[in-house]
Amino acid sequence: MADKTLTRMDLSEAVFREVGLSRNESAQLVESVLDHMSDALTRGEQVKISSFGTFSVRDKSARVGRNPKTGEEVPINPRRVLTFRPSHLMKDRVASGNKS
Amino acid sequence: MIRSELIQKIADENPHLYQRDVERIVNTIFDEVTDAMARGYRVELRGFGAFSVKKRDARVGRNPRTGATVDVEEKHVPFFKTGKLLRDRLNGKA
Repeated sequence: MADKTLTRMDLSEAVFREVGLSRNESAQLVESVLDHMSDALTRGEQVKISSFGTFSVRDKSARVGRNPKTGEEVPINPRRVLTFRPSHLMKDRVASGNKS
Repeated sequence: MIRSELIQKIADENPHLYQRDVERIVNTIFDEVTDAMARGYRVELRGFGAFSVKKRDARVGRNPRTGATVDVEEKHVPFFKTGKLLRDRLNGKA
């Protein structure tokens, strides 16, 4: 498996190639897509992208944790976490693309 | 929010773009992420999160109905880790 990392730049480059907007505007569009998704999630909404996956916000209640190094008990406050559930299509594509 | 609502929001903000181009833009972004993971690459979007591929080792599973053992092959699954900024925003810290 090649150890390569894509960033925002690669996504905006793909938009630039696909639609032919300026590089600058392509980058801005990638940013607004991420912003709108973040805003919806921050409002507690689920973000469901068909054939890609679903992002949902879950509430975790308070619990007592432990510092694994010292064994000391530490309270963990209630918090909201984000989970991503990939679509079947994505799971299938990732599984078949990485078959050894 | 679903894909079409996301497309609509972007289209409303960019009245100079055709709706069909906005659709292509949004679809391209998600397709690019899926394609990258299908090649085993990571996609790191600072502040939002990172998509990566995790390997699940081969294991012996069981058919829960019959109890029969089945060999499950090694496989790769998509994984998403929330970025620090978004995690903080979800908790009202940013």
